[in-house]
Amino acid sequence: MSDPILSIRGLRKAYASGTEALKAVDLDIRRGEIFALLGPNGAGKTTLISIVCGLVTASGGEVLVDGKNWQTHYREVRRRIGLVPQELTTDAFEPVISTVSFSRELFGKPRDPAKIEEILRTLTLWDKRKTIMKELSGGMKRRVMIAKALAHEPDILFLDEPTAGVDVELRKDMWNMVRRLREQGVTIILTTHYIEEAEEMADRVGVIAKGELILVEDKAALMQKLGRKILHLQLVEPLAAVPSALAPWQPQLSEDGATLTYEFDAKADRTGIPSLLAALRDEGITFKDLDTKQSSLEDIFVDLIQQQRQEAAE
Amino acid sequence: MNWRGIWAIYRFEMHRFRRTLWTGLAVPVITTSLYFIVFGSAIGSRMTEIGGVPYGSFIVPGLMLLSVFTESIFNASFGIHMPRFTGTIYEILSAPMSAFETVLGYVGAAASKAMIVALVIFATAHLFVPVSVLHPLLALLFLLLVTLTFCMFGFIIGIWAKGFEQLQVIPLLVVTPLTFLGGSFYSIEMLAEPWRTITLFNPVVYLVNGFRWTFFGTADVAFGTALAATAAFAGACLLGIWWIFRTGYRLKA
Repeated sequence: MSDPILSIRGLRKAYASGTEALKAVDLDIRRGEIFALLGPNGAGKTTLISIVCGLVTASGGEVLVDGKNWQTHYREVRRRIGLVPQELTTDAFEPVISTVSFSRELFGKPRDPAKIEEILRTLTLWDKRKTIMKELSGGMKRRVMIAKALAHEPDILFLDEPTAGVDVELRKDMWNMVRRLREQGVTIILTTHYIEEAEEMADRVGVIAKGELILVEDKAALMQKLGRKILHLQLVEPLAAVPSALAPWQPQLSEDGATLTYEFDAKADRTGIPSLLAALRDEGITFKDLDTKQSSLEDIFVDLIQQQRQEAAE
Repeated sequence: MNWRGIWAIYRFEMHRFRRTLWTGLAVPVITTSLYFIVFGSAIGSRMTEIGGVPYGSFIVPGLMLLSVFTESIFNASFGIHMPRFTGTIYEILSAPMSAFETVLGYVGAAASKAMIVALVIFATAHLFVPVSVLHPLLALLFLLLVTLTFCMFGFIIGIWAKGFEQLQVIPLLVVTPLTFLGGSFYSIEMLAEPWRTITLFNPVVYLVNGFRWTFFGTADVAFGTALAATAAFAGACLLGIWWIFRTGYRLKA
């Protein structure tokens, strides 16, 4: 990969308590992509983001933004990064517009009421601009936090669990907003434990568990590479039991005997489907319909974690 | 320098003070008036003069500093403790701000308010007693140094404190007693030994007497000594803040 916008090299974090939150993570983020960092709670997602953004000190390794070290060139680097943390932390008594303008100036940008208006309008906050923060709903506060992160026009945006505790409508809004930002050239790194979110949004997915980046893949490639598929066959005549001739494929028969299910590895060269269909024909079993279903990222994720646990147990 | 960032923090803090402007100003005015009624009229009528200065006038520098200490510590500690408590500190930590710039914003705002309060007390004192300042410029500079020092001290307390209760511990249990025992309202020459010598270990003695000297040209301690002691305390606070940002103490995990 040429010219990553963000390079993470051997980033480690061990907390004073001894917990190893990150174990030498290497990760390159491509310019303009949406990258989803996927993992269960406590996997190290927030720690990773917090180190990049300067909230947590690293125990080792480095972060480069366009080749610039994030500590020696912190001003340049931080000016380019926006962060929306997971927790809804706001200044309770500040009006929306003040708190968003504050963020812009804190990052060293000159006042720009037109820009602030544009951001607030995009996030449908303009009507609420004079409302003080504590009077806003949770979803609205989340929008304000995004507005704050965008106020200094960063070209790298971190969204830590952006849709945690957010209703369906706002989640859709959020996804649309993220796509719009990407169209404007903003690189987006989001963490999530909602697999559907990664599946919906991301160009690439990194799976993190117990402080280790297990894999990083293009979303489509990941699905293809690791995805298992399921073949459903709707039989014309129900079967009482799976005929012994079909045993090598280990198909499952539904309770009513009308559906035969065969799970296969989509990444394998030989899926076993043609031979299974041939065997069915030889047995005189006819079917009226068939479909195959790609397993979801959720299935892939569960598989990966299980693999890891097995490896750890061995 | 990220001047815009410093200015943003400064304005944010000043805005916070404006929300409570009237109580913020009424409290020092009323407190000062009470002190004058109690010390000035009730006790002062029997004390008349200390070192050639009428007692009512004598206590003005001490009264100003008493408020400066508490205001500085409270404003600065609350200013930095609040974002730590609510979590909004994430934004300050992730901003392109150096430690110096961050401190300048918070301490600058806290010091501004404390200075305003000191000047309000000074004005209130005029209603009760005649007050003239022998070295006005020196007085202002000395007051500024003391204010900045206590604001830095407050900033450290705001970082150190684990809760709002702890914010009060140092000002109430350490600073206020030291202020009352440090010759704010009397001359330490009036004390018998060994209390006089013991009192010399109280740092507030140097602050109050340095400030008092700029008013009347006489004090229990030489101005140079007072200035050196104040500068040393300022240096210690600077060092403390430098260490906090270097290690990330209670700021960064």
